[in-house]
Amino acid sequence: MGIERIFGDSLITTKISDVTNWARKFSFFQYPFVTACCGMEFMSAWCSHWDIARFGAEFPRFSPRQSDLLIVVGTVNHKIAPILKRVYEQMADPKWVISFGACATSGGFYQNYAAVQGIDKIIPVDVYISGCPPRPEAVLDGIMKLQEKVTTEKVIDTKYDSIKKSKSKIKKKK
Amino acid sequence: MTDNITYVKIKENFPDSIIDFHRNFGDATITLKTDYLVDICTFLKNDPDLDYNFMMDITAVDFPERDKRFDIVYHLYSLSKNHRIRLKVQESDQNQKVSTISGVWKAANWFEREVWDMYGINFKDHPNMKRILLYETFEGFPLRKDYPIDKEQPIYDKDIDYSNMLSEGALGELKSSQKKGDKDRSFFLHIGPSHPATHGTIHIVAEMEAETIVKAAIDIGYLHRGFEKQVEHSTYTQAIPYTDRLNYVSPLINNVGFVMTVEKIFNIKVTERCQFIRVIISEISRITDHLTCIAASAMELGAFTVFFYFIKAREYFYKLQEDLCGARLTTNYTRVGGLSHDLPKNFDVELKKCIHETKVAIEDVDKLLKRNRIFYDRTNDIGIISKEDAIEYAFTGPVLRSTGVDFDVRKQNPYLVYDQFDFEVPLGTKGDNYDRYLVRMEEMRQSIRIIEQAMEKLPDGPVNIEDPRLSLPPKEEVYNQMEGMINHFKLIYEGIKPPPGEAYLPVEGANGELGYYIVSNGSPKPYKCRVRPPCFALMQGFHKMIEGYMMADVIATFGTINLIAGENDR
Repeated sequence: MGIERIFGDSLITTKISDVTNWARKFSFFQYPFVTACCGMEFMSAWCSHWDIARFGAEFPRFSPRQSDLLIVVGTVNHKIAPILKRVYEQMADPKWVISFGACATSGGFYQNYAAVQGIDKIIPVDVYISGCPPRPEAVLDGIMKLQEKVTTEKVIDTKYDSIKKSKSKIKKKK
Repeated sequence: MTDNITYVKIKENFPDSIIDFHRNFGDATITLKTDYLVDICTFLKNDPDLDYNFMMDITAVDFPERDKRFDIVYHLYSLSKNHRIRLKVQESDQNQKVSTISGVWKAANWFEREVWDMYGINFKDHPNMKRILLYETFEGFPLRKDYPIDKEQPIYDKDIDYSNMLSEGALGELKSSQKKGDKDRSFFLHIGPSHPATHGTIHIVAEMEAETIVKAAIDIGYLHRGFEKQVEHSTYTQAIPYTDRLNYVSPLINNVGFVMTVEKIFNIKVTERCQFIRVIISEISRITDHLTCIAASAMELGAFTVFFYFIKAREYFYKLQEDLCGARLTTNYTRVGGLSHDLPKNFDVELKKCIHETKVAIEDVDKLLKRNRIFYDRTNDIGIISKEDAIEYAFTGPVLRSTGVDFDVRKQNPYLVYDQFDFEVPLGTKGDNYDRYLVRMEEMRQSIRIIEQAMEKLPDGPVNIEDPRLSLPPKEEVYNQMEGMINHFKLIYEGIKPPPGEAYLPVEGANGELGYYIVSNGSPKPYKCRVRPPCFALMQGFHKMIEGYMMADVIATFGTINLIAGENDR
């Protein structure tokens, strides 16, 4: 890493959130929920010309249990909506969602009876990527936006708070 | 008028059956009495002079103000005689008036189910009259004119368990021809809809005995996004972007097919340069489609290198498409009466580069796959479909040609300037996965041949025709003359208005015959726009290609079918 040249073989103090988030943001295990046209640009972003591997997000896991980033690529219609929800619910925490392209974000130019008008009606979304379909550069930008978001998350505080709360509850009961 | 052999023959054998016969833009149309439909269809199929062996398409058109509300429209094609016919029956929406013709052509089964799904026309004696693209809880029939386009239904949100995921349509297919097996030994396995190898949008229900598939049913519609309804609410020019997203791997062919059908209704001929450019872009699209298909199917068999090689080659074509029309994928390049604009500068140089890169990639992949032991073992003699079955299910395109049937729309019904080029149609012998791979590889080489010839012959001249009904007047006229300004205003605000009529026009899409059937009532919006999707027919016969094989073969077979859900579900 180069850091050892300055500090030698010694201790570094940091926050647990920082080091965990640093690890998390460079190792997204994505679940590509590919339905439509955007899948073609998703393939492009994945391959040699754009090489999403530079961001540590290249390895798709086709099992929701093993993934932490759900990328919804393409139109979601009413028939597949419950399946998307189920896939999301099967994923273990921590998990993030990227809405890839206009259709997933807002229904796109399919304003009709069939298309769900945005996947945020079904599941929460972290990053929206615009475009119909988005260019591969936009996809990489979306990944970077998500990385920024991940670094701001607190890993330990919430749990610590909940432990404190539960302890105080126990005291009150006594 | 009466020289049409189909008309004469039907008139001879069923004298009272014909209500009307007319030609519209060269398409012969016979309107029949409903009671005679099945008999006439059987006759058309079996008569040696007619020999209509392909049931290409069934759809309906809704005229709410009429007493008999629906036109049910059948498109038939005879390969040996190379003629087409359009049959029509008129019916009200009372149930069970029109008999199913799925007993005559197996292909009719799913097409009739779709008509039921979209229009609510219940076919008599149909083996499995269930919804196909939509889901069971959907209320109403969306393509009826009285269904509002934006009427959303609540998101289908009951707790899913696996028994519910088996849609009634798929269940019906499994039941309708139950195989005798040891009930204790067989079990159901679900593949998809969210499975990497099913491209996310197909649900295969397989009845297994150990590792072998006994019976399979396919459930589709997971990417139905209301293409036809949407186009009915758009002008002809606004509809072109929707066609991009049908077969999104080869959008340019869809563009070309759509505008050519509208041009057929206008009865106009585009300029020669435009025709050549349309051939070139169609073949570019065919190459990108086959590249993607082989790349994905090889990847699913573990050949990752192939995937990277071919997607890299495709990337050069995407760059070229970007130069051409500003978008990598969703091109929207053609217009009724021409193209959005002429070829960019340096197009020929860039194209040569692309073709060189693609040739290198094709040769590399050929070396990697053709004699590769793993690839060969997993594709050879797997997923076989016989000639007869393929025709019965109205397969077209590379899948049909892999069985040895010589049917290519570019050769049989040449459109544009395809008759001026020297190219061959590769055929397979067995109809297995390996044949389909070889056919696609060879088709890419032939497409390159066509492109090279077309670039050599490419004539100069304008790409758009000058017709006040279609093309915008030059700016000098708009700003200086009243007529020019009115013309401009009308074209922009109202859109182009084809004369009333109907037309069906097939083009050779990357997956087979891609036909557009457009009904115009003289207004700026299509009254009806139907796509004859090649994938739909392929998926209907897909279960034939996996039954009797092992579970793992589904992946190999599915890859070589090249299902494009946008086109399949529309």
